[in-house]
Amino acid sequence: MAEGILISSENEAPPRINELRRFFRVFLGRGLVVFGLVVILIFLILAIFASQIAPYDPLLRNLDEVRQQPNAKHLLGTDQIGRDTLSRLIHGTRISLIIGVLVVSIAGGIGVTLGTIAGYYGGILGAIIMRLMDALMTIPMLILALAISALLGGGLKNVVIALGVALIPGYARMMVAQVLVAKETDYVMAGHSMGASNLRIILRHIVPNCFSPILVMITMMMGTAILAEAALSFIGIGITPPTPAWGNMVADGRNFLLTNPMLSVAPGVAIMLLVFSFNMVGDGLRDALDPRLRGII
Amino acid sequence: MTTYIIRRLMQSVIVFFLVTLLVFLGMRMLPGDPIYMIISRAASETATEMQLDKLREQYGMDRSMAVQYIDWLGGVFRGDLGVSILTNTNVREEIFRRLPITLHLGVLALIVSFLFGVPMGIIAAVRRGTWIDTVVTSLANIGITIPVFWLGYILIYILALQLHWIPEFFGYTSPFEDFWLHTKKIIMPVFCLAVTTVAGVARQARSSMLEVMGQDYIRTAWSKGLRERAVIFKHGLKNGMIPVMVFLGLGFSMIIGGQVLIETVFVIPGMGLLAVNAMGNSDYPVIQGVILVIAVIVLLTNLLVDLSYGWLDPRVQYR
Repeated sequence: MAEGILISSENEAPPRINELRRFFRVFLGRGLVVFGLVVILIFLILAIFASQIAPYDPLLRNLDEVRQQPNAKHLLGTDQIGRDTLSRLIHGTRISLIIGVLVVSIAGGIGVTLGTIAGYYGGILGAIIMRLMDALMTIPMLILALAISALLGGGLKNVVIALGVALIPGYARMMVAQVLVAKETDYVMAGHSMGASNLRIILRHIVPNCFSPILVMITMMMGTAILAEAALSFIGIGITPPTPAWGNMVADGRNFLLTNPMLSVAPGVAIMLLVFSFNMVGDGLRDALDPRLRGII
Repeated sequence: MTTYIIRRLMQSVIVFFLVTLLVFLGMRMLPGDPIYMIISRAASETATEMQLDKLREQYGMDRSMAVQYIDWLGGVFRGDLGVSILTNTNVREEIFRRLPITLHLGVLALIVSFLFGVPMGIIAAVRRGTWIDTVVTSLANIGITIPVFWLGYILIYILALQLHWIPEFFGYTSPFEDFWLHTKKIIMPVFCLAVTTVAGVARQARSSMLEVMGQDYIRTAWSKGLRERAVIFKHGLKNGMIPVMVFLGLGFSMIIGGQVLIETVFVIPGMGLLAVNAMGNSDYPVIQGVILVIAVIVLLTNLLVDLSYGWLDPRVQYR
């Protein structure tokens, strides 16, 4: 009997519409969030349709049009072997976004899992996981990613692995804190008293309840991942030429600062715009979903 | 308090051993052969299998992993970090020759971060919603998104190449050698290193000041008729700045990470540039040594911050 009541109350539809309306009002209420969303959308379109939108082949060398200043034919000019900067920039968007998405998926998946285990079960297993995370965090994120990338040897796959590993501790730490709170809530107690298994409680009650912080973290980490990838490619251990990535474009252009500053300036502006947008959208999501997360994420 | 200190020390020791284990395993799980820790890939391709076996035996690589780890760890404690494959120099000597340069710039950047970040955050919090708050918040948002290596080139382009204010910008000069030249050379690198942490400190200071200024005892201070100056400095700051202290450890770690980029941009012969060169050339003993030294520095900073945190804020429970 009691079970029947509990189940029916669980199935009762929550006042969804108001909740959604409130979310969008707060989320879209800030100009910078809308700006961020628009920028991300534009870059997304550029990345998907890079081959159609880019005016030239990003790898095409045209030795007749070397190191040109921005002009009508080449809106952002050309580099030292006559490749069109705008086309390389557009194709670079692809690399940045692909790496960003893959990295947050890997780091998020592993980090959330480890954090949930450590927070829910605690004990020796939890302590081992957390000390491992501490150990990873002792090495600055960028240096850790660089080292892993150097060991594995660059390229898209290895950059994704390197950054994926380097970003795990952030998720794990956040998740532990969330799970520790969620574990003590009444609905988890109710689940226990009804004899639900640990796995069921984790999957049905704890993880969905940590949805907001996970989503906010994923958005913020997109920015971090894109920035770190650019840094890796800049150093020359990430995405290596001739594949156009924003980081290696800044590095390529540095020798021509005096004559063709656009070669380095343009990719830097693109990095900043995209990272800034992800941070703003993350901020907006946090305030709209759960203002209590302020200061935690 | 004593138990807290002991517990915290124990924890640091455990984390240190985990770092050494991670570094050791990371290096042994190289794609290919751990023999690359001794000779370069190119050399190993020309060597015969018998020569390689001899080397493996000489360096104990035919023994079990556990024995190798303990052996290696003993070496680390004796200060033996191996020999660079690339330059054949002693890794420890190389690192400690470059460490002062990196620490010099890093500590300066950290000081700059707090010197500018804290007041910015406080002003933004106290004048919440005004144009000052908007300016500080926007600057902080830009500061945490800007690619610092790119900012370095922008500064070089504007300050050095266009305005000719700082004509010599590459390299590093010791302050004891030529103080004026030294100052000119470190302005841009230190600024770049500090940008991200200034923004981080300002954000942290702003949010924790906002929280403190909403507390009951601050309202009491206002209602006593105290002047704004007294409320902010005597009552607000004391509690508001404690969470900002935590940023010391995190900020220092971020700055050291950023030094890899900034030392590359400004060609500063510090540890960051050493790491980059080693990584670009698969000089594994150097990579390993740099990571260990940096990990120890970060570990010690965090330990000091945590211990002083307990001293600054008696409410912290020493569990």
